[in-house]
Amino acid sequence: MPNILVFAESRAGTVRKVAFELLAAAKKLSAGGEVHAVLAGAPGIGSQATSLTDHGADVIYVTEHAALGEYNTEALSALVAERAKSGYRAVLFAGSSQGKDLGPRVAAKLGVPVAADALSVSFDGDATTVTHYVYAGKIIATLELAATPAVVALRPGAVAPEESKGAGRVENAPPVGDPAASRVVVTESIRGDARKLDLADAPVIVSGGRGLKAAENFKLVEELAQAFGNAAVGATRAVTDEGWRPHSDQIGQTGRQVSPDLYVAVGISGAIQHLAGMRTSRTIVAINKDKDAPIFKLADYGIVGDVFEIVPALTAAIREAKAKG
Amino acid sequence: MKIAVCIKRVPEMDVKFKVASSGTAVDETGLKFDMSDFDGYAVEFALQTTEKLGTGEVTVISLGPDAVQETLRKALSMGAGRAVHLKVDSVPIDGFAIAQALATELKDGGYDLVLFGKQAADTASGAVGLMTAELLGIPMVQACTKLSFEGGKGIARREVEGGAEMVTFPLPGTASIDEGIARPRYPSLKGIMAAKKKPMDVKPAQLGPVRYSVVKMELPPERQGGRIIGEGAGAVPELVRLLRDEAKVL
Repeated sequence: MPNILVFAESRAGTVRKVAFELLAAAKKLSAGGEVHAVLAGAPGIGSQATSLTDHGADVIYVTEHAALGEYNTEALSALVAERAKSGYRAVLFAGSSQGKDLGPRVAAKLGVPVAADALSVSFDGDATTVTHYVYAGKIIATLELAATPAVVALRPGAVAPEESKGAGRVENAPPVGDPAASRVVVTESIRGDARKLDLADAPVIVSGGRGLKAAENFKLVEELAQAFGNAAVGATRAVTDEGWRPHSDQIGQTGRQVSPDLYVAVGISGAIQHLAGMRTSRTIVAINKDKDAPIFKLADYGIVGDVFEIVPALTAAIREAKAKG
Repeated sequence: MKIAVCIKRVPEMDVKFKVASSGTAVDETGLKFDMSDFDGYAVEFALQTTEKLGTGEVTVISLGPDAVQETLRKALSMGAGRAVHLKVDSVPIDGFAIAQALATELKDGGYDLVLFGKQAADTASGAVGLMTAELLGIPMVQACTKLSFEGGKGIARREVEGGAEMVTFPLPGTASIDEGIARPRYPSLKGIMAAKKKPMDVKPAQLGPVRYSVVKMELPPERQGGRIIGEGAGAVPELVRLLRDEAKVL
């Protein structure tokens, strides 16, 4: 029975939802083996271990250090690589900005390949099979990793988190090397609105494209997101290239890849590179003036027409539906 | 500043891909190839950096079959000074095998900075740069949207979930380039002529063992989409009903 190691990502002292997704994936892979988690951060991060236990972690290695408060890539990759040497069948990261950064580093330290942005992962004897979008999401590849441990970064939303009580044994682990001596140092963390849900965590994403015509019209998208109450705001590459929204909001092959329960595309025609970042969403709604726009081929529900008329009406209707509960 | 930029030749993405008869690759018939987009930003950023400093040289490196020389020539015509072609019949999907070849080439090159695109347009893994930096034992900042240099240090900005981070790292170091940093220039006629005389080293790539490989490629399953429920704001009540009763997302 294989043991699986998970990197339990946190930001600003809180474990992120992607960590629970990884625990659910690890539980399935372990087939009765143990699920272990690495939890590292500033002093106090250990209090987050309970949430990992509640999602299936059997052992939680807690590392607290003042220099781990901000994302410390060199200290974290050293820590996870050292832990990974004690006989795991697989090491899982989220396909997030932390996981995409740590996965290849840890794999290289271990001398093994990495599978990045996997949509699924399974074991086949000694080999590990993953699926991954290639060629701007137009092709899906099934790939085989022939190395142990299998180092895999799993796309956020690819696996749903599950409540499942693990053994939850907490062990304090010292850092590997001196985290304060890292060469790559985060000197400033610029946070957006703290109340704002992140794209990886939000069950609903409302996303805007060039059809909104100007940066200020994004308030329509923001208002619709607020009406849902559990939504984050995304954008297309055309929009972030224009500077209407920050690059961190960009959804697509070259930006963020998301799989929310509901994706609402506002004024988005559906360039392939955008579709590659959101086509795995569970339900897709498209609102666009061009009935031939490619987004309608993908959308579960489409409305053709003027976004400036339809979106405010939808915002009002969602508010009303939410108020009724 | 002596800068190396590692670039990849990829097909242009705005086409309908077909799976080749092998079932493990795309059919390359009729595809046009060019430098991967993020690699283009990296080349442009390297050129602007040496131009600003008024000193230094940009070396471009690409691993692949002979056809990558065309991509390297393009970078030379943009203004890079020298190219290195690491020759291999086909490019594996195993980024660690590639990183080993690149690290072998880079380690004694005396580069102050090694740049990569954030990820390749075809395989979209973003692993090679990080793995190469690990093998070289030098610092790496991934996915920079801004990058400047001061007193032997690099100062970078990376976009992360819900915000951004400012990051410093000492040189020699490596970085991968996200979009928004620099738009690649078009080669001038003069640049194209000059590129013909610039040096291109060709040597066999010292690939590591390949342990990550394609079992099959296929077209993604078609979504059951394509349902237009109406036109204009009048369709909104029906949409809300479907979201609540059918999709159950409200």
